[in-house]
Amino acid sequence: MLRFLTIRIGRAMITIALVVTFAFIVLRMSGDPAQIIMGPEAPPEVIAAFRKAWGLDDPIWLQYFHYFGAILQGELGRSMRDGRSAIELVAERIPVTLALTLPALAIKIGLGIPAGIYAALHRGSLADRVVMMLSVAGFTIPSFVLGLTLVLIFAVKLGWLPSGGQDSWRHAILPVITLVIGGAAVLARFTRSAMLEVLGQPFIRTASAKGVPWRDVIVGHALPNAAIPTVTIVGFMIGTLIAGAVVVESVFSWPGVGRLLVVAVANRDLAVVQCILLLVAATMVTSNLIVDFLYGFLDPRLRQNAGKAS
Amino acid sequence: MFDAASVMVPSTQFTLSGLTVSFDGVTVLHGVDLSIGRGEALGLVGESGSGKSVTWLAALGLLPAKARVSGSARLDGTELVGASPETLDKVRGGRVAMIFQDPTSALNPVLKVGTQIGEALSLHRGLSGAAIRAEAKRLFDLVGIPDAERRLSAYPHEFSGGQNQRVMIAMALAGKPDILVADEPTTALDITIQAQILDLINSVRREMGMALVLISHDLGVIAETCDRVAVMYAGRIVEEAPAARLFAEPRHPYARGLLHSLPPLGGVRRKLVSIPGVVPDPRALPKGCAFAPRCTHVSDACLGASPTLRSPEAGRRLACVLEPENTDQRQFEAA
Repeated sequence: MLRFLTIRIGRAMITIALVVTFAFIVLRMSGDPAQIIMGPEAPPEVIAAFRKAWGLDDPIWLQYFHYFGAILQGELGRSMRDGRSAIELVAERIPVTLALTLPALAIKIGLGIPAGIYAALHRGSLADRVVMMLSVAGFTIPSFVLGLTLVLIFAVKLGWLPSGGQDSWRHAILPVITLVIGGAAVLARFTRSAMLEVLGQPFIRTASAKGVPWRDVIVGHALPNAAIPTVTIVGFMIGTLIAGAVVVESVFSWPGVGRLLVVAVANRDLAVVQCILLLVAATMVTSNLIVDFLYGFLDPRLRQNAGKAS
Repeated sequence: MFDAASVMVPSTQFTLSGLTVSFDGVTVLHGVDLSIGRGEALGLVGESGSGKSVTWLAALGLLPAKARVSGSARLDGTELVGASPETLDKVRGGRVAMIFQDPTSALNPVLKVGTQIGEALSLHRGLSGAAIRAEAKRLFDLVGIPDAERRLSAYPHEFSGGQNQRVMIAMALAGKPDILVADEPTTALDITIQAQILDLINSVRREMGMALVLISHDLGVIAETCDRVAVMYAGRIVEEAPAARLFAEPRHPYARGLLHSLPPLGGVRRKLVSIPGVVPDPRALPKGCAFAPRCTHVSDACLGASPTLRSPEAGRRLACVLEPENTDQRQFEAA
C-alpha cells in the first residue's frame, strides 16, 4: 500500500513538472513581456534594461534552470508589473474564487445527483424527459452566454441583482447560478446513466427476489454501485475549483484567480501565469489522487488490484 | 372450493392460472396454468425464450415495470399478481426464494457476502447482530463453503462461480423458504461443478422439505432431480407429466424433439436428431400451433387455432391436436 501510494504521488509530481515546463516554454515563445509591459512606445534602452533585469536575455535553458531551481526552493518569482511576489498575488485571490466555486460545487452536487437518480428511477416519465431536456440545455449553453443572459434578465431588465463586482453576497448569486447550471446538468446526466446501468444488473433483481423493499434496494444496493462513476465527475469538479471559473469571473468582473490569470496572460506576466498553472495542475492532480483512493474505498475489486500492484 | 389446478395436484401450494405477460404490447407468456405441491420438485424445460424464467419472475412480481402481467399466481390462497409491495417482499425470500443463472453477477459486487446473507436473515427471520453472524456461518457450513467465519467477510469477486452459487443458495435458504426457484442454476458453471451444485440443491431440499422449481434447458439436469416436468414452447406449456413418464414416453412432438436431441445414456448409440428451425419471434408467432412450422407431423388442423392444454390421461397434460396414435414413437422415428 505504501509503495502504491509512493508510485501514485511520484507520478503526480511528474505530471505537475510537465505542466510547468510546457507552460514555461509556450509563454516564452509567444511574445516578449518587456515589449508588452513597457508598452509599444518605450525606448529600446528601457526595453533592454527590463529584459536584463528579468533575465530575459539568458538562453531559454538557463532561464528554465533558474526557474526550476527556484520552484524547488518554494520561490515562484515576482510579478513583472508591480514586483509583488506571485504567490502572494495568487494566494489573495484564492478565497475570492472559492467564495464562488465552493457553494456552486455544493449546489451542483445537491441538485444534479438527486435529479439524476430521480430521472433514472422514473425512466421515460415526464419528469425524466424534463430533467434530461434541462440537462442537455444546461451543458450545451456556453457559460458566457448563460452568464450574459442572466445579467440581461436579472440585472438589466428586472434590476433584482447586480450585474458584476464583489461588494456583497448578492453579487455572488448570478455567477454561482451560472456555474451551477452547467455542472448540475453534467452530474444529472452521468448519475442517471450510472444509475440506469446499475438498475439493469442481475444483482438488483437478486436483492428484490430476496425480499428487500424497493427503497432499500435503491439505497443499499444500487447507489453504492452507481456512486463509482459519479465520483469521477465530482472529482473532476473538485479539480476545477480554483481555475474553473475563468469565464464566469470575467463575465461578472469577479476578482478571483480566473481574472488574475486572464490579465496576467494578456500582459505576459510570466511568474504569475506560471504560479497559477502550477496551482491548477496541483489541484487537478490532487483531486485525481483523491478519486483514485475513493474508488478503492467504494469498489472492493479495485482495492484488491491496488493491493496486488504493491 | 377447489379450483381445477388444485384438483389435479392435491396439497397444492403455488398455483399459476392463466398467467399472461406482455412487454410493449408483445405477449411473451400466453396464459400459463401450472401448480406445484408442497415439497415437490417440478422441472420446467424449453429452449431459450420459451418463457420458463418469465413465468416465475412474473409470479413473484420481479419483472420490470413495463411488463404487463395478468392472470393469477396464488401461494396458499394469497394472490401475488397485483399484490402490494409489502405482501410481495414477505413472500420473496421468505416463502419463495430464487437463485439465478450467473451467480457472480447475481451478487452485489460492493457488499460482503456475509452482509448480503445477513440482509435476508434480518428481513425474514428478524435476526440481528451476533445472531446473524452465527446463522450465516451455519448456512455457509451447510452449503459447503469452508472456512465460513473468514469467508463471510469476503466479496463475490473473491469466490469462484461455483462458490458464488453456494453463496446464493445459502442466501436463498436464509429465509427458510417453502419453495426454491432455481433458474438455470448450473448453466454458467463448469461441468464438474454443475453436478456438485445439483447435489447440494437436492440435499438441502430434502433436508428442509422444500419444494423446488428447476428451470433448465438441460433435460439431463431435470431428469436427475424432478418429480414432474413441464415442457414450455413459445410462452405456453405444451406438455406436462410425471418425470419418468415424460422421459419414457413424450407425446408432444416438441418434447420428443428435445429428448431425441439428447444422446441416450445407455444402450445402442443412435444418430442425434435436432429440431429444425428456431424458436419463433414472439412478435410474429405463427397462426395456430406455435410449433407447427418446425413440427414433422404438421397437418392442416395445426394451423387453425393454438391447441389447448387437455388431459389425455391422468397426470398428463398435452397441447397438441394430433391423436396419440398418430404421434407414436415408431412413426416419429421413421419421420
